[in-house]
Amino acid sequence: MIIKSNSVKETVTAGAELAKRLKPGMLVALTGIFGAGKTYFIKGIAKGLGVKNWQRSVTSPSFVLMNIHQGREIRLYHIDVHRLDKGSDFYGLGAEDALGDGVVAVEWAEKIKFRRKPDVTVEIRHKSAGKRVIEISGMKSQCLKKSAK
Amino acid sequence: MSNKHFICLGIESSCDETACAVVRDGKEVLANLVSSQTDLHSIYGGVVPEIACRAHEEVIIPMIDRALEQSGLALSDITAAAVTNTPGLIGALLVGISAAKAVSFVYNIPLIGINHIYSHLYAANLHFDAVEYPAIGFVISGGHTSLFYSTSPTEHKLIGATQDDAAGEAFDKAAKIMKLPYPGGPAIEKTALTGNPKAVRFPRSLLKNGSLDFSFSGIKTAVLYHCKGMNGALEGPDVYKESREDLAASFQEAVVDTLAAKLEMAVRRYNPKGIIIGGGVAANKRLREKINLLGSRLALKVYIPPIALCTDNAAVTAGLAYHYWRENKMADMSLDAVPLNMDVSLG
Repeated sequence: MIIKSNSVKETVTAGAELAKRLKPGMLVALTGIFGAGKTYFIKGIAKGLGVKNWQRSVTSPSFVLMNIHQGREIRLYHIDVHRLDKGSDFYGLGAEDALGDGVVAVEWAEKIKFRRKPDVTVEIRHKSAGKRVIEISGMKSQCLKKSAK
Repeated sequence: MSNKHFICLGIESSCDETACAVVRDGKEVLANLVSSQTDLHSIYGGVVPEIACRAHEEVIIPMIDRALEQSGLALSDITAAAVTNTPGLIGALLVGISAAKAVSFVYNIPLIGINHIYSHLYAANLHFDAVEYPAIGFVISGGHTSLFYSTSPTEHKLIGATQDDAAGEAFDKAAKIMKLPYPGGPAIEKTALTGNPKAVRFPRSLLKNGSLDFSFSGIKTAVLYHCKGMNGALEGPDVYKESREDLAASFQEAVVDTLAAKLEMAVRRYNPKGIIIGGGVAANKRLREKINLLGSRLALKVYIPPIALCTDNAAVTAGLAYHYWRENKMADMSLDAVPLNMDVSLG
């Protein structure tokens, strides 16, 4: 399904809506270039999962590679592989263990060859200043549409 | 000697670097080694991989050996083992913690857990004779952009932090858009030297309501749009008309302006005696210049340590540990890796 976002706030809302459908063990692959809003979309996922103080605690893990956040019930593993050169390093992060007990959201997913197909893919494109197109696939679009209006 | 002095082995492995140091009494650096700058090939006998947690495992023991060798001491001379246990990449942190625990257990010496961000602020204490508190502590690195109200080497209250990208990350990403090499900080600084900082007016995001938080995602997008056009792809053609030098200088000026503006806001709000700077971005000369100017304008002491102590190292880890030891704040074998900085949840 395709969501049009006119602001950072709407991107966060789209992430929060998706979070309602996420279950432990799910892998979410995000793609989109600099400034598309991948981190803000994941802030939304954190918000939806009930991560405390998500506004400030969810920041870009480009440097540190992975941040772990505790949601109400589900843990969120926020990974950014922009700095990694090869897919194998992704598994060196312990991401595979993470998939057991939480939701794994990966920024710059196009850089990785996953060992299994992501459950959800989120592609964010710049449209014009402040506007983005968010394309979500893998989830049943019907149930997403309802909640995202 | 070890009876009179506190000789601390410090280990830092929170991100890319494996670092080991030996520091006496929180002041005197007897050894300070960082894996990327140390020739480990001769002892390890292979290529040292850069990022994987495995890399820390492979070099940590040789690094400890080298640090001890440089200090002229043996493990039996060490009074305590200090290690970064938060924040950072969990697998990477665990490697350092395990090594420190082993040393602590075998030699029956105290184990001390160190917050990596606080240790960045300790660099000033290693370099300057006496640091006056209270101070505004400012950690500016690839992973952090955090303002603190600091009342001692161990007491820091978080008063502002980035909501998205860290300042160092903004440099890296802007460099990538401008086709400059990684790491972006030094590359942009060098390119900016001959550029006009007023060529392009990039946004200085100060957020609303006098917030001391930062946001660097807006300037990243602005650089992208300016260089590649509104719908531009990273691989696409450049559309900017200025020279790359002008672009780099303008970008650097915008980031430095933002950092300096927030620092000034914090200083005016908290009325400290001084400013303590730490983190890799503090290597930037334009930033140093601006902060020094701010300091003299407001008659404040400015503590900016030398570059080798600003970037990730373990001398600051071992140095800061002295103060926890004096305050009797030791860890035990239950010390765990805490990937996220717990401070952010208080904000």
